[in-house]
Amino acid sequence: MSDHPGEPIIQVRGLINRFGSETVHDDLDLDVLRGEVLGVVGGSGSGKSVLLRTIIGLNFPVAGKVEVFGRALLAMSDRERRELEKRWGVLFQDGALFSSLTVAQNIEVPLKEHCDMPLRLMDEIAAFKIGIVGLPEDTGAKYPSELSGGMRKRAGLARALALDPEIVFLDEPTAGLDPIAAGAFDALIRDLKASLGLTVFMVTHDLDTLFAICDRIAVLVDKKVRVGSLEQMLQDDHPWIHSYFHGPRGRAALHSEAGQLTKRGTRVAVSA
Amino acid sequence: MASAAATLVEREAPGSLILTATGEWLVETAAELDRRLRDLQMPKGKRVTIEAGGIARCDTAGAWLLLRTEQELAAGGNTVDIRNLRPSFSPLLEQVRAGARVAPAAHPRPAHHTIAGFLARIGLISVGLIARGCSILGFFGLVCMTVSGLALHPRRIRVTAIVAQMELTGVNALPIVGMLSFLIGIVIAYQGADQLRRFGFGAEIYTVDLLAVGILRELGVLMTAIIMAGRSGSAFTAQIGTMQVNEEIDAMRTIGLDPVEVLVIPRLLALLLTLPMLTLYANFMGLLGGCLMSFGALDITIPQFFRRLQSALTDYSAWTFWIGLLKAPFFGSIIALIGCYEGLQVARSAESVGRLTTLSVVEAIFLVIVADAAFSVFFSILNI
Repeated sequence: MSDHPGEPIIQVRGLINRFGSETVHDDLDLDVLRGEVLGVVGGSGSGKSVLLRTIIGLNFPVAGKVEVFGRALLAMSDRERRELEKRWGVLFQDGALFSSLTVAQNIEVPLKEHCDMPLRLMDEIAAFKIGIVGLPEDTGAKYPSELSGGMRKRAGLARALALDPEIVFLDEPTAGLDPIAAGAFDALIRDLKASLGLTVFMVTHDLDTLFAICDRIAVLVDKKVRVGSLEQMLQDDHPWIHSYFHGPRGRAALHSEAGQLTKRGTRVAVSA
Repeated sequence: MASAAATLVEREAPGSLILTATGEWLVETAAELDRRLRDLQMPKGKRVTIEAGGIARCDTAGAWLLLRTEQELAAGGNTVDIRNLRPSFSPLLEQVRAGARVAPAAHPRPAHHTIAGFLARIGLISVGLIARGCSILGFFGLVCMTVSGLALHPRRIRVTAIVAQMELTGVNALPIVGMLSFLIGIVIAYQGADQLRRFGFGAEIYTVDLLAVGILRELGVLMTAIIMAGRSGSAFTAQIGTMQVNEEIDAMRTIGLDPVEVLVIPRLLALLLTLPMLTLYANFMGLLGGCLMSFGALDITIPQFFRRLQSALTDYSAWTFWIGLLKAPFFGSIIALIGCYEGLQVARSAESVGRLTTLSVVEAIFLVIVADAAFSVFFSILNI
């Protein structure tokens, strides 16, 4: 699946989003490259979630163009749109699981919708997806209301991964998780990226996640986006970016990451 | 090499079996592959080699099928070897292998599909109903305790909240209650006159008696109560339920506010006070509708109407006018209690708010009608 690493898989050009008189994005350009993990950060209200929702077509921009897999999102027919939806998965902030279905049934929804599959095979696929995201065995038969926030997130990820998408969109995947679970989530995303060749578009506030698994970082400042590697961001002298990465929390996360980098070869996946 | 369809070819050799997998092992082709793998005759005690070099593309679904085949073969006492799998796929296989320890969620047959299950379900529902009744009774007791507590400390009564609730449940309901009662008056006058006319000898004039007894004793208060159950009872459940979802009720408790005192009592008192007033207004509007209809369609003049109305109210029972009003505060309490009770029953999910709101309306209307029947029996024993 990673036949052409590095080619842009999502292209956003000249994006303008406005709510009432408030402009959120003004002529914003962004490329997401195939096989990378792109972390999107920005202050509260800087339009991170709006950007994500625009790329997945839940929000119609005032102006601008969004291309996914080289096809203009806004000009698609319904059929093309369905084909596209098979190739991406979205994890919403609180999992957004369907509350009337069990976790296993939630994971089977996209399978049922897009593939004609025997029930038994769907059950098997749902079961190993539950295992892959690190949920305990009995989770499949439970309802979302019986799960904790972290488990709902994992179950949401399992549903997002049900069709083996090429891109996953994650909206604050580690927010509200304890540090151990957040670390396990990072490890999980990294493993999935390695084995499935996933492209990950991730909105996050978690500096540890940002440093641990993101290949590139996109910072939303001044209604535009600045993209670069972690090193570039550390050298950027924009005041917001500087205080974000060089504030006390940024520095602490950076140091712990530097410590881990030296023994990355021996790092093992933490399971929650 | 890149053959589009996924295939699996079986080749027999003495004492061993070679399965050759080629093509695309993806989630799109998984259904077809699954069917073919299930048809496969599983050998026993052989050396099985899965030649996987021809797999051009593979995702987790394909990897799962490979693994499942391997596991099933191994369970049949075979020695299995997956060979020549592209190195880029092996992390994928490891990932799935790690996840595959989880057994598929069972799909138990719903118990109510059997006779015993059906009976058990009836029993369960009955026990649930009894438990519910007890719980509502408990809530009623709690509210009574709080009310008597407040009676001893009247300064703690939240007058502002009560007045606000009275505006929401009473004043704002005036248009709908008035309109519907007016229409009911028209309908009864018209239907009643139609029937009474058959008797001849000017029996139409008894339409006024029908209106007076029907609206003042029963329909005025019943219509108002049903509108209030739909309008205010549901609003109580939804408001309190949403607060429950947002943990606002818990927050209240930690601050030292009693949710019953803060939320339930003002709503209860508001409905207790507004429902009689609304009933009075509904009675008036209903009689007005009947009066206009009698005048327009039956040639009963307005003075005639009022003279007849006066005698109708004294002829049968001096209580006719009061009976409807007497029932109103009881109905109001039922609606408010059920609305608030169901609101407090909401679990921490948005779905339960909707479910319990519906339930609260149905339950309130049901109990209002049950209470009305009880009143009828009671009044007939008292002979009024």
